[in-house]
Amino acid sequence: MITLQVNGESKTVDAAPEMPLLWVLRDLLGMTGTKFGCGIAQCGACTVHLDGVAVRSCVLSIGNVGQRNITTIEGVGSTPAGSRIQKAWLDVEVVQCGYCQSGQIMSASALLRSTPHPNDADIDAAMAGNICRCGTYARIREAIKKAAQAG
Amino acid sequence: MANRAQKRASLHAGRGLTRRAFIEASVSVGGALWVGFRVPLADAAAGEKGPFAPNAFIRIDATGKITLIMPQVEMGQGIYTAIAMILAEELDAAFEQVVLEAAPPNDKLYGNPTFGIQVTGNSNSIRAFWMPLRKAAAGARAMLVEAAAQTWKVDAASIRIENSMAIHETSGRRLGFAGLIGRAAGLTPPQNPALKDPKDFKLVGKPLKRLDTPDKVNGKAVYGIDVLPPGVKFATLAICPVFGGKVGHVDDGRARNLRGVRQVVVLDDFVAVVGDDMWSAKQGLAALNITWNEGSNATVSTDDVWRQIRTASLQEGAVAKIIGDAAKGLSEGELHEAVYELPFLAHAPMEPLNCTVHVTPTGCEVWVGIQVLSRAQAVAAKVTGLPLEKVTVHNHLIGGGFGRRLEADFVEKAVLIAKQVDGPVKVIWTREEDIQHDVYRPVYLDRLSASLSKGRIVGWKHRITGSSIIARWLPPAFQKGIDIDAIDSAADIPYDIPNLRVEYVRDEPPAVPTGFWRGVGPNNNVFAIENFMDELAKKSNQDPVDFRRNLLGKAPRLKAALDLAAEKAGWGSPLPARTGRGVAVQTAFGSFIATVVQATVDEHGAVRVQRIVSAVDTGIVVNPDTVVAQLQGGLVFGLTAALYGHISIAKGRVQQSNFHDYRMLRIDEMPQIEVYLIPSGEAPGGIGETGTTAAPAALGNALFAATGIRLRRLPVDREVLSGKKPA
Repeated sequence: MITLQVNGESKTVDAAPEMPLLWVLRDLLGMTGTKFGCGIAQCGACTVHLDGVAVRSCVLSIGNVGQRNITTIEGVGSTPAGSRIQKAWLDVEVVQCGYCQSGQIMSASALLRSTPHPNDADIDAAMAGNICRCGTYARIREAIKKAAQAG
Repeated sequence: MANRAQKRASLHAGRGLTRRAFIEASVSVGGALWVGFRVPLADAAAGEKGPFAPNAFIRIDATGKITLIMPQVEMGQGIYTAIAMILAEELDAAFEQVVLEAAPPNDKLYGNPTFGIQVTGNSNSIRAFWMPLRKAAAGARAMLVEAAAQTWKVDAASIRIENSMAIHETSGRRLGFAGLIGRAAGLTPPQNPALKDPKDFKLVGKPLKRLDTPDKVNGKAVYGIDVLPPGVKFATLAICPVFGGKVGHVDDGRARNLRGVRQVVVLDDFVAVVGDDMWSAKQGLAALNITWNEGSNATVSTDDVWRQIRTASLQEGAVAKIIGDAAKGLSEGELHEAVYELPFLAHAPMEPLNCTVHVTPTGCEVWVGIQVLSRAQAVAAKVTGLPLEKVTVHNHLIGGGFGRRLEADFVEKAVLIAKQVDGPVKVIWTREEDIQHDVYRPVYLDRLSASLSKGRIVGWKHRITGSSIIARWLPPAFQKGIDIDAIDSAADIPYDIPNLRVEYVRDEPPAVPTGFWRGVGPNNNVFAIENFMDELAKKSNQDPVDFRRNLLGKAPRLKAALDLAAEKAGWGSPLPARTGRGVAVQTAFGSFIATVVQATVDEHGAVRVQRIVSAVDTGIVVNPDTVVAQLQGGLVFGLTAALYGHISIAKGRVQQSNFHDYRMLRIDEMPQIEVYLIPSGEAPGGIGETGTTAAPAALGNALFAATGIRLRRLPVDREVLSGKKPA
């Protein structure tokens, strides 16, 4: 049994320590907002926060999480940066199919937490790991800037 | 808009509608190859108990709640919002109070008028449903007005409806829909209800916020991959890596002993492992020792594919279009010839293929996001041997379709697995299986000849060679050797050319399955034609914009788009060294688009796309923000393909496997994109695929302007652009 801190709650799961956090969240805890996209940390759809830092949950074994706080798309709205990012995402109407957007929002809110007023290079560096097949990148950039202004 | 969060697109299929079918097939005639369907205005709902249901798209219950049934699937293109806007517009319903529900599988009630079956594709949702939905809603509105007139014993003409409320101005009486449906249900729906004058539209034309997005930013949206029926198990599969190969022997001794692995399912051409979770299933699959019978395709390579299609392209094709005498025209001016080639492409939607199925002795339940809902139901019925009505399909939001989900192969495989599993099972393809077992955008070869005289084209011949997806996917539409998709945007080339011949040669590639890919036929044709047009402009020493404009006399809407795009892009103004602008125009999917790409190329051949300007006349626009978003996204999709898209085959297998070797454009490579909408009162055009076809064509011309090197193959080859390799 392994106990994880997810969105401020303790969750105990019966899983091997090498099981990636992505599948623990989705299949064992039923938290399906975090998405599977590639399985090899190439697309960013599975991004969550560990103590506020963006990580790819598809390659993060739960045995390596320890007692660090996991934040997912279901919980990020209760953080100041996450709530501003979510609002900006709707104001700018970023989303198309939306499948990658959980990961985009998690990467963007981690960026805003560490860099409250990111420039274009900061945005490129923080967001280049997140693929959007619908091509919403221009609006993602606009929304991040809008969220930063709101902070 | 108020209370967006409360307005949540219902994610599950509607409760079984029992009303009789009301779409009548009309016989397709002559050259009109698409099957034509007419949607009558009403069905036999009158007199039934339950909500007021004047047609298949609208239900109003006793509380006045308006439920709009979505015949098309939402995959990011904003169609739920657009359909809701059209229905609410003609119904005069309070938009912020409507509830959306996905249609169940039912070709007769919800078939796409263009295809006759439930299809979301070909950028035609608005084109196909614009009038049927308006008439359906206007008919319902007329019934509600008549009910109010009878209730108040006044003339119907003295009643108006506003925000779901009937109002009799002179007496000041008002009545909500809840108070009208009882009487309305007993009325006969009008055959030809009056439609609004577009100048009176209150919703259509406004950039309204989308109804499906609030739940997509907080993790609540439920895509097919997210369903968790009680007791669900998880499965993942390995298909024979060689196309057409079969399973030989499976040694599952090690897999069966792994924690969480429940079952190994061996089928004809694939093997699946069922586990307590996806991780266990993946571990189990990796632990299998599978011997494949690779079959006859085990030696096929991309070289074989190209050798075959190049040979095929030398033969005369089926004639798709003739104007004047092409042979005579070609003999008269200065002849110029070129061959353009496009590679196989995978779709790679962000949501990996998945389908959840529960088979019992008496029924089958399917949860899936798919562009062809009724085909999902049909394939599940076929595989289980159950009658159609015993197969329930829950349609879900789609995390990217792009044509991949116009196929039901992944539903078939999931049902085959589920037949052997006790309880529901969610089958998820890994990204590797997705890339290696797609139905690929076919390779195309476009052979073009033109002759120039006095700066104008006097003869034109275009022979398109490639796979016919239509022949497999919609066989009745493949007639006289012509694939109407493969010739789209070529047979109806917008330029004024007196002598023209367009031919199609069907050439099915060895081994590799082919399918529709965002942009479909116009992709190869617009790329080839628009690059060739630039070659002709160069040959006749004309500016590419001027050369085109002089030939667009019969296409005023396209000409206006060209002028606007050129103006906004600063066409003709100076640029730094190794930086160029390229233009492309297209009439595709009923829209008129001109695009200017500005790109720079460094000495190593690395390309940086700096700016894209698109001007579009797509007729009446339902939601302008969605149209802009579709163009922005479509351009990125096309750029990705032009810069990186390439699926290659060796030993009968796809060589790429994931996003590290099947690259996508990322945010740090994004150009500035500007989209300009041209106001129009014409019928709506399609928009979902137009950016995708525009980008590669205009990019090719920009790269030529930057380097003087003409790329006649995609993706962009940096070694060619750097001069290390001949073009």
